Amino acid sequence: MEKQAVVINPKDNVATVVDDLSANKIIHFSVGQSERSVQLLQDIPLGHKVAIQEIRIGEDILKYAESIGVATTLILPGQHVHIHNMETQRGRKDQ
Amino acid sequence: MKILGYRRPDGKVGIRNHILIIPTSVCASTVASNIAAQIPEAVALPNQHGCCQIGADHEQTVRTLIGFGKNPNVAAVLVVGLGCEGVPIRETAAEIAASGKPVEVVIIQEIGGTLKTEAEGLSKVAKLVRQVAHLQPEKIDACELSLAIECGGSDFTSGLASNPASGIAADLLVAAGGNVMLSETTEFIGAEHVLARRAKSTDIAEKLFKIVHACENRAKLLNVDLREGQPTPGNIAGGLSSIEEKSLGCIYKAGHAPIQDVLNYGEIPQGKGLYIMDSPGQDIDSITGMLAGGATVVIFTTGRGTPTGSPIAPVIKITANARTYQMMEDNMDLDASSIISGEETIEQVGHRIFEEIIAVANGRRTKAESLGYREFGIYKIGPTY
Repeated sequence: MEKQAVVINPKDNVATVVDDLSANKIIHFSVGQSERSVQLLQDIPLGHKVAIQEIRIGEDILKYAESIGVATTLILPGQHVHIHNMETQRGRKDQ
Repeated sequence: MKILGYRRPDGKVGIRNHILIIPTSVCASTVASNIAAQIPEAVALPNQHGCCQIGADHEQTVRTLIGFGKNPNVAAVLVVGLGCEGVPIRETAAEIAASGKPVEVVIIQEIGGTLKTEAEGLSKVAKLVRQVAHLQPEKIDACELSLAIECGGSDFTSGLASNPASGIAADLLVAAGGNVMLSETTEFIGAEHVLARRAKSTDIAEKLFKIVHACENRAKLLNVDLREGQPTPGNIAGGLSSIEEKSLGCIYKAGHAPIQDVLNYGEIPQGKGLYIMDSPGQDIDSITGMLAGGATVVIFTTGRGTPTGSPIAPVIKITANARTYQMMEDNMDLDASSIISGEETIEQVGHRIFEEIIAVANGRRTKAESLGYREFGIYKIGPTY
């Protein structure tokens, strides 16, 4: 099966898609040794992130097993994760 | 492993044999460029700096110009001054000459105007050509290489593929006894705790945290938000959502070696192995700092594609984005997209990058060299007065 998404570390709650993918498509990916899948709720452009589990408001978005920011809304598995629903915690004048 | 290199009088090894014309201020830049335009072996460093700078900002300009002059890819130097600038012209030349390479000086206000200075400068450079252009590279151990690692125009492929593959190449060079520099402090933000685990001592880890916090606080002091500049619009279009995400992908490019020390911008490392240099994420300023620190070859990973080169060092462009490689093959030296497609592993591509570094050290021209890209920019850390 052609690789459609990459999960860098088993702790991650997002996958990076390696093609332009359309809503409703079921994508398959490896998390550590296990094979998993998720149905896309939205179109996800090449290189962007998709949630592979539910992420609640205020929870860390995890990639490389590290926090890359915090969810600003409830994110469902299959939803696009980007600047519209997550935000950085660094270099901000409001914090 | 051997490379072909030029052993300079101070013992350092270069892989190119440039004659460098350094203007000590913006006001001397046109004369420097005009002289360089007439001598094929010469290259100039036109720049916007050198006058009405104070304190650490002034010192940084002086350190960078001297560092470029001392860089082992440079065989000989002509320093061109206007005469009234803040950078001390003769002291700068003397500092470079202390490395043992031939250095000449011309000063526009002393010689009497552009035309006479250009004529005298040309005659001095012609003399330098006769002194150094005939030098032949000799077989030297690859441990004499000093590699700068840069990433720019990042997208999702940078953190997934081209950066970790570059990290393998960096590890191979460190294992061979060479020198590697990682810069771009902005792109440690959110990943500094991961890097700091590899610091050789707690003091060095503290230095790393200090430069990262200083970088973050500079934005806050100006009452601006780092988000206005990082990630860049292109990074965001490419799928990067925060500086933390960009940084965590960026730091892969320096591999896994212990961090020997944290250097000031343009500072020359005192030993071998992996060093961190405090620099901005802006590519040209960052590469300039590492070359002032003595790096002789640059690897530059990119997702979106960039043409950047350097006046004195080969810059090897690597992308793991197949579309970018196809669109910008003019500018890309190495296609690492086989990692994304699953045809090659990160380790395999890392070995290919290392082989490319050796080939370029041995004289292969990079795309940026063949297209004449010669960007130079000094990181400003204070206002100009």
